[in-house]
Amino acid sequence: MRKFIKYSFVDLIQSYWTILYFVFFLVVTSTILYFSADMTKSIVSMMNIVLVLIPLVSIVFGAIYYYNSREFTELLLAQPVRRRSLILGQYSGLALSLSISFTAGITIPFILKGIFASEHLPDFLLILLAGIGLSFSMSAIAYATALKHENKILGFGISLFIWFFLAVLYDGLILILLILFKEYPTDSLAIVLTFLNPIDLSRVMIMLGLDIAALMGYTGALFLKFFGSFTGIAISVFSVLCWIAIPSFLMVRIANNKDF
Amino acid sequence: MYRLCSILINILLCASVSGGVLEVGQNKAHGTLKRAISQAHTGDTLLVYPGTYREGTIEVDKPLVIIGKDQPVLDGELTYGILRVLSDSVVIRGLTLKDVGISYVDDLAAIRLVKSKHCTIESNRLINAFFGIYLERSTDCIIRNNHVLGYSEHEMNSGNAIHLWYSSRNLIEGNHAEGHRDGIYLEFVDNSTVKNNLVENNLRYGLHFMFSDDDYYQGNTFVSNGAGVAVMFSKNIRMEDNDFLDNWGSSSYGLLLKDITDSEIRNNRFNKNTIGIYAEGALRINITGNDFIRNGWAINMLGSCNDNTVHSNNFLHNTFEVTTNSKRNHNNYDGNYWSDNTGSYDLDRDGVSDVPYRPVKLFSFMIANMESSTILMRSLLVDLINHAEKMAPVITPHNLMDHIPLMKQVEHD
Repeated sequence: MRKFIKYSFVDLIQSYWTILYFVFFLVVTSTILYFSADMTKSIVSMMNIVLVLIPLVSIVFGAIYYYNSREFTELLLAQPVRRRSLILGQYSGLALSLSISFTAGITIPFILKGIFASEHLPDFLLILLAGIGLSFSMSAIAYATALKHENKILGFGISLFIWFFLAVLYDGLILILLILFKEYPTDSLAIVLTFLNPIDLSRVMIMLGLDIAALMGYTGALFLKFFGSFTGIAISVFSVLCWIAIPSFLMVRIANNKDF
Repeated sequence: MYRLCSILINILLCASVSGGVLEVGQNKAHGTLKRAISQAHTGDTLLVYPGTYREGTIEVDKPLVIIGKDQPVLDGELTYGILRVLSDSVVIRGLTLKDVGISYVDDLAAIRLVKSKHCTIESNRLINAFFGIYLERSTDCIIRNNHVLGYSEHEMNSGNAIHLWYSSRNLIEGNHAEGHRDGIYLEFVDNSTVKNNLVENNLRYGLHFMFSDDDYYQGNTFVSNGAGVAVMFSKNIRMEDNDFLDNWGSSSYGLLLKDITDSEIRNNRFNKNTIGIYAEGALRINITGNDFIRNGWAINMLGSCNDNTVHSNNFLHNTFEVTTNSKRNHNNYDGNYWSDNTGSYDLDRDGVSDVPYRPVKLFSFMIANMESSTILMRSLLVDLINHAEKMAPVITPHNLMDHIPLMKQVEHD
């Protein structure tokens, strides 16, 4: 499996798209840092970009990568290798290369701006972690979906829908639930629902670190209290890991049962 | 002629009451303040020399001038209230009073005036007082240039720096009040002026009006208090040229208005407060010429507010500009500058945008109605629905708009 990771990773990290992805983050982060004097504001802008773009790119890129390397995968499967290690290896190489381009892309400008001496270091690290977590979980989802569906258009469509659901529709559902149960105290409900979606979880975690948290009133205070506790941190890490582990597990199952 | 007479009488009166000087100090004629006061005559001056005086509660029962030389220390030993003034025309100047006791029964104070008139309390330092300066049914007094420093941690067992109760026509000027429950507290206080004070780091409110009418506060700075100023159950309050800064936290306000009528809020600066102005049950208030800069909410005006005018203000880079919890609007928001008003244009060049502006975002309206929806703050969905609502308002109050939004910032100092 290590070999597969290495080959996919080397293949991807040299690809035109990965470099473009890196350059994109480099340029956007530098621009944001250059134009806004206020570090909090830059972090908020970065948060918006990370939360919308990373899931989208990871999903699209994951699907493309699977469909493009399909013939090569078939060829490899003709050799005496285990499907599990091949698929997981390819996926890990993909997720790693995405995370590394993203990390390099945003870290370089932030270091030049002096993030290590700044009080916003924890916020920055949180964005970094959120980005990496999202890269891993979203590309796993894309890979599993692409494996499941031979039809490229269907595979892409479903992957994109999953992105759209998590990034936009899910919040809409939360909102509808909150409106429906307006007469009841819904704070805990909102918190539980947030934990179930990696994008929302990342957003709330980053925001709590910034001073906008004060605007979140009672709900924010409740959340902050929860996150300060060990259980809160444990649950959020667990939730992110689930979002990586469950699609990976599905990926392996689908690959094992698949008639290539 | 009448005025001339009264001046003459005043001068005569002054001449008649100004008396001798009694020196108080370790090696002076009077070892303790208490003894000096008991031997002094009306109008005498007590000159208190440097040292620490531990005399429990000292009663001042005749018109005296008590002046500290190089800030002598009056110590309450964490047990007593220190000076208790029972007479008119007392002057207290240049003392340091420290360590007043905490009591849940009596409001122990460093300086307490009881039914006194025409007193002056000036240039004193009050350190770790339960209540700092406490006026009880005292009128026409001046409280000036005092520094009241407390170390309160809990609202429950802390007092106010400057506390006025049933006391009218007083002037509170140039004081520095910090670390108490309320910086300046006025209850049943009419016709008083609060000017040029610096009030910071108090647990509850910087300046707190209860049932007080016809008051004026101007040029004060309120920094990092629980809420900058709270005006409750009062009318005819004029608020001008004040700075409300950094009152930031999950339940903080710059200015909290509750059941207040017929007042003026003019030329103030609200900078980085969670909520700039929070108004509940406010009637006929003019909010004019203020700057709202980088607040969470610039104005949160609840549905119980009627006939208020918000005019010629600058709203600059606030997260939310105006919010309300009601679908109806009975207030006027015309003629302000809004930095979030990106869709404005002015073809006829009259300085006023040709399209009206709605300062209430859907999301802020939602938060006001259903607090747990704050969990969606800065989500992509929220941006989308905000835009949709801006195009065609369905949920936000449709008549809450600025019909003549300004194209340029209002210039004022």
